[in-house]
Amino acid sequence: MKAMLTGFALIAAIAVGADFALERAGFSAQDQNSGAAVRLN
Amino acid sequence: MPRLIFVFVLKLALLCGLSAHAQDAPPVAVAPDRSATGGAQTLEDILARQRGEALDDSFRSDATGDPDSAAGIAQQLGTLGGQSDPELWRALRYNSADIRVSAGGDVATVLVQDGGMNWLSVRAGPLRQYGGWLLLGTIAALAVFFLLRGRIRVDGEKTGRTVTRFAFVERMTHWTLAGSFILLGLTGLLTLFGRVAIQPYLGKDVNSVLLIGSKWIHNSVSWAFMLALILVFVMWVAHNIPNKLDLVWIKQFGGIIGKKHPPAKKFNAGQKVIFWSVILFGASISVSGLSLLFPFELPLFAKTFAILNDTGIPQWLGYGVLPTELAPQEEMQLAQLWHAIVAFVLMAIIIAHIYIGTLGMEGAYDAMGSGEVDEAWAHQHHSIWLEEVQKKESAKAENTGATPAE
Repeated sequence: MKAMLTGFALIAAIAVGADFALERAGFSAQDQNSGAAVRLN
Repeated sequence: MPRLIFVFVLKLALLCGLSAHAQDAPPVAVAPDRSATGGAQTLEDILARQRGEALDDSFRSDATGDPDSAAGIAQQLGTLGGQSDPELWRALRYNSADIRVSAGGDVATVLVQDGGMNWLSVRAGPLRQYGGWLLLGTIAALAVFFLLRGRIRVDGEKTGRTVTRFAFVERMTHWTLAGSFILLGLTGLLTLFGRVAIQPYLGKDVNSVLLIGSKWIHNSVSWAFMLALILVFVMWVAHNIPNKLDLVWIKQFGGIIGKKHPPAKKFNAGQKVIFWSVILFGASISVSGLSLLFPFELPLFAKTFAILNDTGIPQWLGYGVLPTELAPQEEMQLAQLWHAIVAFVLMAIIIAHIYIGTLGMEGAYDAMGSGEVDEAWAHQHHSIWLEEVQKKESAKAENTGATPAE
């Protein structure tokens, strides 16, 4: 049971970490699909 | 195995759908005389298209004007640049116009592409239909099997002595893979079926919330799945190399049907099938998933089709030459279909795996739960592995000079 819960906690940690890291690395859809010539707001 | 063959054939049919339409499509119509329209399409062309006939429309796709022979800018019609408006629209329609965009790259220069309709019809049709029935059929088949065979129990009395079947790190990695796959499966199903199974009953708002959540979970949890997949492969590949013992296991149906208990090492032939299915299908789902996670950056299918064409297999199967020039959007459409088809197959296999690991077999869950299994269970299902473990333990005890407990 402990191994299972640790595995599930690992999933949550990796998911949040991956989302944060990709966002910071400029892989958001906004960053990927816009440019200097595009006004988003 | 027949199911896998069926799915493979289905997949090929779906993949070919973007370029080569169904095999029973009427033969190519003879090009009508277009002199009356000055070479433009005729009523017969339109009717033929509406009848679903394959039509050589190069008379349209090639008629996009000639900027090189344009009149000088100061001359009559010079401002047209050698292209009339219909010619310009045709160039846009057939993706040959010189489009320049300020953002979005090459993808944004494709203003019209045909693949979208085929993708939509496959996704809303056969993908949902066959995929849904595959999962329901698997559950129904397992229910029937359970009713006929019942639970596979441990023969005789349990010994009360246990052996460690899986170490903590093995179980943790297994549950990381299992938990992430279940999350990915459920969110994938919500994404595919939400519009038909949730929206009509719970409304668009509920469906929208579920889809937004599903998208985040699917995109983010996928990394845990891929990492765990690699770790599982590294941990267990050595135990999953097929050997002669597997033939004995297969011959006796693994004791699942009948009363025999074939000898097995750490993993029996059935578990090896599960392992390699997870690794191969999981890897395929991961690759197509990465292609979808980074849209238009990792196109897979044009190159794959080129390789397949070289083998001659698509032609031999009657699908003709597969397209090797695909719009970036078509690459994404194919990646999505492939991703979902392979995922459906793996989900069906995993449903069977979950069944045998819980309800279907007494004592099986302990292996991944506490990691400790009763010796009677281990002897029944993994007799050679048990002997190896016991030999190692007694050798260890001899080395340390300890006396084994009675």
